[in-house]
Amino acid sequence: MNAPVHHAVEYYLGEFSRLAPALPGQHLPWLRRAREAAMERFARLGFPGRRDEEWKYTPLAAIEKPHFALVPSAPGSVAAEQVEGFALAGTHLLVFVNGRFEPGLSRPEKLPAGATVVSLREALEGDAGELAARLGRVPENVTPFAALNQAFMTDGAYLRLAPGTKLLKPIQLLFLASQPNLAIQPRILVLAEEGSAATLIEHHAAIGDIGYFTNGVTEIVACPGAAIEHHKLQQESRRAFHVAAVVAEQDRDSRLASTSFALGAALARVDIAIGLQGEGAACTLDGLYVAVGRQHLDHHTRIDHLKPRCRSRELYKGILSGAARAVFNGKVIVHPDAQQSDAFQSNHNLLLSENAEVDTKPQLEIFADDVKCGHGATVGQLDEDQLFYLRSRGVDGGTARAVLTMAFARESVDRVGIPALQKRLDQLLPALLPRESEGQT
Amino acid sequence: MLEIRNLHVAVDGAPILKGIDLTVKPGEVHAIMGPNGSGKSTLAYILAGRDGYRVTEGEVRYGGRDLLALAAEERARAGVFLAFQYPVEIPGVANIYLLKVAINAARRHRGEPELDAMDILLRVRSKLKLMDMDESLLYRAVNESFSGGEKKRNEILQMAVLEPKLAILDEADSGLDIDALKAVARGINAQRDPGRAMILVTHYQRLLQLVVPDRVHVLAQGCIARSGGWELAAELERTGYGGITGREGGEEARP
Repeated sequence: MNAPVHHAVEYYLGEFSRLAPALPGQHLPWLRRAREAAMERFARLGFPGRRDEEWKYTPLAAIEKPHFALVPSAPGSVAAEQVEGFALAGTHLLVFVNGRFEPGLSRPEKLPAGATVVSLREALEGDAGELAARLGRVPENVTPFAALNQAFMTDGAYLRLAPGTKLLKPIQLLFLASQPNLAIQPRILVLAEEGSAATLIEHHAAIGDIGYFTNGVTEIVACPGAAIEHHKLQQESRRAFHVAAVVAEQDRDSRLASTSFALGAALARVDIAIGLQGEGAACTLDGLYVAVGRQHLDHHTRIDHLKPRCRSRELYKGILSGAARAVFNGKVIVHPDAQQSDAFQSNHNLLLSENAEVDTKPQLEIFADDVKCGHGATVGQLDEDQLFYLRSRGVDGGTARAVLTMAFARESVDRVGIPALQKRLDQLLPALLPRESEGQT
Repeated sequence: MLEIRNLHVAVDGAPILKGIDLTVKPGEVHAIMGPNGSGKSTLAYILAGRDGYRVTEGEVRYGGRDLLALAAEERARAGVFLAFQYPVEIPGVANIYLLKVAINAARRHRGEPELDAMDILLRVRSKLKLMDMDESLLYRAVNESFSGGEKKRNEILQMAVLEPKLAILDEADSGLDIDALKAVARGINAQRDPGRAMILVTHYQRLLQLVVPDRVHVLAQGCIARSGGWELAAELERTGYGGITGREGGEEARP
């Protein structure tokens, strides 16, 4: 007999054998094989356990236990007005409801020749030959959850930019959940050819206070000189679980800026793995997590400096109140060939209550000798001198704390160069700050 | 307006003020001078309501109310203003935003409608000119990477905008070059008003040549050692604090 911990894996195995024939792209032998291999891999690995060093602070029991449905029971019933509450001005908007692309709710504007944006399902239902190299395997360096996504992925977005193609407006991929108890497995693939540029906003939200599980994978391939921005706004329902992997491969002189705003979900974990594979590539990873109540928000980053003269920057900030928890684990590996690497990482945390807790763990592993690497981490409370200064100007204690907390978040918001997203964050963040009685330590 | 009676204050159990008596009437400007460690800044902070000070004896009445019973923000809304000796830097908060929340906190308290960003700007512009400050300073984070002079001007700017009834200026002149000192003095003089009282805390006479006080008090070892008119400041300049407190030079113990 299997021990109870295996039940979850068996459930997914059973669902896979039942649902696989209907998954998109089953006419593609490479994809069939890739899904089967991924399922096997997930079955072998199972859910990560507390004994796994990389997962020991992430309580997965709540994700493991429920038997989430893997296919929505009915087409999404989200109205256009409901989408408006989440749409950002000035974007190409693609809407997904319960994981499925909804053309009727989307409004992609005219794209330049050389830019292709299609739903993943549409891409997989064609010949999809160009996708085989990427979607044919589980992204490296990531989690068992990525294998689960590989096995079950049904929809998402495929963005391809021909050499030199530059998108002026951001693409907003809005993933809305409206059905409870569903496991949604969005997959996003960005292929940015030489010298191309685009900005992507990956936005996860819910209609209603429902419980569900988003398990996403976003892959970005940046060819020489490409410049990609990927901003993720996670405002899932407070009862949802959100697990995601962001994986990027960067060739010579490419640029990637990836930001993670983690505001929602009961439990959310983002694993980000960047391979700086060509000389002179550069990435900036930023994040802001705001955890209230009993929320648990994790970020795990890994940057591999593989070639000379690459540059990486990370700035993650956290605001925690109530009995919230957060984890920041930032790994930078400078490989033997990667001379003149320049890497800096910082993680700053503001604890607004005595019961909030953060684990911050910078890890630098350096195997080259001519490098410039550093890190800094802080965990602190609001500054008493600043509080008194504001109070001495007539600002009450609660407002003063809110002003200073927003000021702490300001840097992360300002670094996103998209006014519509900044404005949205300015609306969302104050509502997440503890009210006076909760904020007292 | 302000009546301090037999005020004793301790910090961490150590007595700092040992029986201060001081009465300030509307329209008056009082200078409190004294060597380092005499308790000048403690007096300024206790009036503004900073935490960490314990009143062991005495009382402070402000407009007939028990000032010490009010929280710092309540004092500010009741018209008490402290210009800080070391203005605090607040990264992420624009100077204009600080002025806006401060003005609107007071207006809300008085039951007046709040002002929007444009109203605030119009109010602040004339005061900027008075302080010889560039408008760009409004959009920088509060005091962050301001020069010493800019910080002190910014304190007086806030006073000019908030229009307090009782302003306590803690070493508004320290670390200023002559142009900044003149701008600060101009700002203070422009705020002199029959309805407004001011307390200037300072080491040196030079500010008092530009802002002539009605009364001068010398604080030494937690007590007011002498009080007099402006001529007392001039005497101090000749004799040093030692001539008044009976010691050579000042104490160096506390900044």
